[in-house]
Amino acid sequence: MRQQAKNHPGGGKMMSRYSVFSLIRNAMDYHEGWSRVWRSPEPQPSYDVIIIGGGGHGLAAAYYLAKEHGITNTVVIEKSWLGGGNTGRNTGIIRSNYLADESAAIYEKSLQLYEGLSQELNYNVMLSQRGVLNLAHNLHDLRELSRRVGAIRLNGIDSEILDTAQVQAMVPALNCSPTARYPVLGASLQRRGGVARHDAVAWGFARAADARGVDIIQQCEVTGIIRDGDAVTGVETTRGVIKAPKVAIVTAGHTSHVAAMAGLRLPIESHPLQALVSEPVKPVLDTVVMSGSVHVYVSQSDRGEIVMGAGLDHFTSYAQRSSLQEVEHMMASLLQLFPTFSRLRMMRQWAGIVDTCPDASPILSTTPVRGLYVDGGWGTGGFKATPGSGWALAHTIAEDRAHAINEAFSLDRFTTGALIDEHGAAAVAH
Amino acid sequence: MLLIPCPWCGERDEDEFTYGGEAHIARPASPDALTDAEWADYLFMRKNTKGLFQERWMHAHGCRRWFNMVRDTVTHEITAVYRMGGKPPERTDS
Repeated sequence: MRQQAKNHPGGGKMMSRYSVFSLIRNAMDYHEGWSRVWRSPEPQPSYDVIIIGGGGHGLAAAYYLAKEHGITNTVVIEKSWLGGGNTGRNTGIIRSNYLADESAAIYEKSLQLYEGLSQELNYNVMLSQRGVLNLAHNLHDLRELSRRVGAIRLNGIDSEILDTAQVQAMVPALNCSPTARYPVLGASLQRRGGVARHDAVAWGFARAADARGVDIIQQCEVTGIIRDGDAVTGVETTRGVIKAPKVAIVTAGHTSHVAAMAGLRLPIESHPLQALVSEPVKPVLDTVVMSGSVHVYVSQSDRGEIVMGAGLDHFTSYAQRSSLQEVEHMMASLLQLFPTFSRLRMMRQWAGIVDTCPDASPILSTTPVRGLYVDGGWGTGGFKATPGSGWALAHTIAEDRAHAINEAFSLDRFTTGALIDEHGAAAVAH
Repeated sequence: MLLIPCPWCGERDEDEFTYGGEAHIARPASPDALTDAEWADYLFMRKNTKGLFQERWMHAHGCRRWFNMVRDTVTHEITAVYRMGGKPPERTDS
C-alpha cells in the first residue's frame, strides 16, 4: 500500500473503471471528466525491475510481474511513445497454428490470454476471432498444410483443412477459378485465430500496469547499461541514471543495439517488414487470408480499410520506411487472389523493424550477464505473442529462470544447436 | 529503393542485387579446435549495427560479382564500395 501511495500522488486516486455506467456518467459532463489513462511520473532513482521498451511485450511483462508475482516496483522506459514501434506497425493478426511443439505452447498460451484480455484489463482490445486461412495453391502446399494441421491438432490446437468450395463459400471475393494464376486447392483454417486492435493491447496493458503501481516513463531513451562485473546494476538514460538489480531488454528491432550496451552479442538481424492499408470500403472480407507461397496476408479492419502485409527488405536496416519493390511484389500476388482489389486506392504504407533470428524463433531468456534478460527476436510474428511473451518474461524475471514454456527459447540454443526451425508456411502472417 | 554503385557496372537498381549480410567474417582456420561457443559466434552472432555498416552484396542480375559496401542502416546512405578482399575505407564504424 505504501508503494501505491508513493506512486499515486494526489491521494492515491486509482484509475476509474470503464463500464456502461461510467460512459453514461461522463456523457452528462460532455466527456470532459475522464481521468488520464495512466500517470506520467518522474523516474525514481531506483527500482526492483527496469523494462527497456514500452511496446506491447514490455508493458505486458510489467503487468504480469505485478499481477502474477507481486512485483510492482517496476519502471518501463520508452524512448518514444507507448506502442509506437512494432506494436503499432503490425497487421494485428493473432493465431497459434505453429508447427513446432515449443512454438505451439507459447503462441497458444498467448492466444488463450488474448481470449480473456478485454475483461481482464477492463479495456477493449477488440479481439475478433474471425478465423485465419492459409491458402494452398498447389498439391505440395496442400500436403504441407495437411501435415501441419495434423501436428497442430496433436498439440490440442484447433485447426482444420477446407476444400476449394468451402474456401470460396467463406471468402466470396477470392478468385478460386481453376484457371487463376494461383489456383486455390484448399486451405488450413484456425477458427480461433483473428485480429485485435494493436494500439489497444499496448494501452490496455499500460493502464492496468499503471494501476498496479508500475511507473511508465515515455520520451526517455536508454543510452547505456551499467554493469558491475558480471551483474547488471542499472541503466543510463536521457533523463539520468536509474538503478535496478534486474533489467529486461524488450526492444524488438533494437534488441541487438541495446544488448550491445551490455557487451552482449546476439544472433539477431534487423530488417524492415512492409505493410500498407487501403481507403475504407464496405465489408468485403470477414476473415484473415494468408498465402505463404506468394507471401500475402490480408484482412479488413473494423473501419473498412483493407490491411495488407508484404515481405521483408532483404538488407538490414533501422529505417522504418516503405520500400516500393516489396509493396509492388505483394500487390501483384494480391491482385491475382482478389481481382476486385485492383480498384482500391492505397492510403498509407510503412515498415516496422523486425528482429529476426536464424531459426525464426524468439529469444526469451536469461543471459550471461546476471540480472539481464532478453525478450526479442520475435521477428515477423511478435504481435500475436504479446500477452504470452509478457507472461513468460515476468516469470523469467521474477524467478531468475525460464518458465517451462520459454525454456527452449534460450540464448544457449545457438551454442547447443537445439534450434527451433519455424521458417515455413505457418510462420508467414504477422 | 536503393541505387547501388556496383564497382564493376556502375549505379544500378537494388532489384538487380542480392544481399550477403555482414562483411569480413573470417571462416575459422581450424574449426575442429573451436569450442561450441566460438563456433556459435562465427555461425550466428552478428553486429547488426545501427549506423555505418560493412556488408556484402552480389550483382545477381548483372556482372554476378560480389563486393563490399558501407551503408548507413539508419539513413540508407551508401558511403563506399570496395572489392572483395579489399580493406574497408577509413572512418567507418563497425
